[in-house]
Amino acid sequence: MSKNTGANRFRKVDVDQFNEDNFQDELIEDGQDLGPNEGEVASLLNQNKHIDALKAALSNPPVATKNQAVKDQAAQLVLRVLLAFKSSDVEKGVNSLDSTTLDILMKYIYRGFETPSEGSSAQLLTWHEKVFAKGGLGSIVRVLTDRKSV
Amino acid sequence: MPEVHSFGIEPISCHAWNKDRSQLAISPNNHEVHIYTQNGGRWDKSHVLSEHAQHVTGIDWAPESNRIVTCGVDRNAYVWTLIDGKWKPTLVILRINRAATCVRWSPLENKFAVGSGARLISVCYFEKENDWWVSKHIKKPIRSTIASIDWHPNNVLLACGSSDFKARVFSGYVKEVDDKPAATAWGKKMTMGNLMAEFSNGGGGWVHSVSFSASGDKLAWVGHDSSVSVVNANNQEKIATVKCAFLPFTSCLWVTENSLVVAGHDCCPMLFTHDDSDTLTFIHKLDVAKEKEGGSMSAMKRFQTLDKRATTDDSSSDLNTQHQNTVTNISIHTGTKERCSKFTTSGTDGKVIIWDFKSLESSIAGLKVA
Repeated sequence: MSKNTGANRFRKVDVDQFNEDNFQDELIEDGQDLGPNEGEVASLLNQNKHIDALKAALSNPPVATKNQAVKDQAAQLVLRVLLAFKSSDVEKGVNSLDSTTLDILMKYIYRGFETPSEGSSAQLLTWHEKVFAKGGLGSIVRVLTDRKSV
Repeated sequence: MPEVHSFGIEPISCHAWNKDRSQLAISPNNHEVHIYTQNGGRWDKSHVLSEHAQHVTGIDWAPESNRIVTCGVDRNAYVWTLIDGKWKPTLVILRINRAATCVRWSPLENKFAVGSGARLISVCYFEKENDWWVSKHIKKPIRSTIASIDWHPNNVLLACGSSDFKARVFSGYVKEVDDKPAATAWGKKMTMGNLMAEFSNGGGGWVHSVSFSASGDKLAWVGHDSSVSVVNANNQEKIATVKCAFLPFTSCLWVTENSLVVAGHDCCPMLFTHDDSDTLTFIHKLDVAKEKEGGSMSAMKRFQTLDKRATTDDSSSDLNTQHQNTVTNISIHTGTKERCSKFTTSGTDGKVIIWDFKSLESSIAGLKVA
């Protein structure tokens, strides 16, 4: 019979991380993404240049970084821009974007759905409908399959 | 009009034609392989191959040597030979500890490659001294299940698509059966298992299917992020990708040196063109819905639908494509990858459909297969 030596630290070791069969994600590199320029976006919003603010907010999406704060900040900024649009202008905004930016916008829309606030979901649904009309089911599938998320 | 053949309600996991297309081998989503023979306009089930203990995941029929290779979830592969009108199986020890997912004969039919969930490819060849099939493994640097395999026309190079989001080209050179291969655009050094090229599928998404073009210089793959990608061996930096608005594709096949047919969860085959400037463009869906015959319902029909469905709504729940569910496999029916005139699709709706480019070109305005 073995005596318990009183050492219990081994019980806290996560053995799964040492399993050689585990898929190690290659995208572990911590990118230096800074996210969209907040000042620029805010000033464009103040000048009522909504479409330009949208484009600025969707540039440099912080997809490669693992810094959650940067991601949250970017998501908040994009949400602010999306909610600033009038429902009738949403379609114009969607038409001004190219297909890669459209995919990024769809990612932010789903990110916005995750944390609903007062009235945000309704406006986001309007955005979703218009982006879906242009991007199709493929844009939604890409939100789900892309390893780099916003 | 595409020829539609229905083989019951079970999904068809995989299918393969014999050389003259008079016989079709399919697996109806179970442990068996059914071989159907053309008889007038009908299909007669002529043979049932039941040796696998679990689902059959891949079938390939070698046209010249008339041998069938099947692989399954039971981690085995069998090579079937027709002796006295009966198909006799020979077990192939793949030495894998997970399910086999796909299998392909090489162009010269002296080897075949099996992809598996064990994160490796087994290249098998026949050893005459011991009268059995031997397997060699390609392991590095594959990190997840292999979903699809395609051989290069030089009988040595092998492309595979995997769920680690990569499409790769390996050398499957077996010195016991192959002559030393000449250098190709993919590289010179072709020792067994040498990684010739590796391509990442954009932002993510499993690579469901890979296909070498007829010359072997172009590699196409489809990913689960609803994308289609093509790379030319002479210009490997540039991967031409189209991110579609459709649901993801599960299968792709070159039909000429510049044209690619893909099909998948949208239940409809689609045509893409890859031209000499390495640009990939979507051309057209190849399944054009015929106009539903409109017209008012008869009173009898109205009461019948009211009785059955509590509504007089005329809309049916059928899809307006030929396939009623996902297409899982595409194969050449008539022609070669260089100049294909008919191709076949099979899917989870239990149907095998033969598409004819001549009738497609005439029914779809402006469609020209490059």
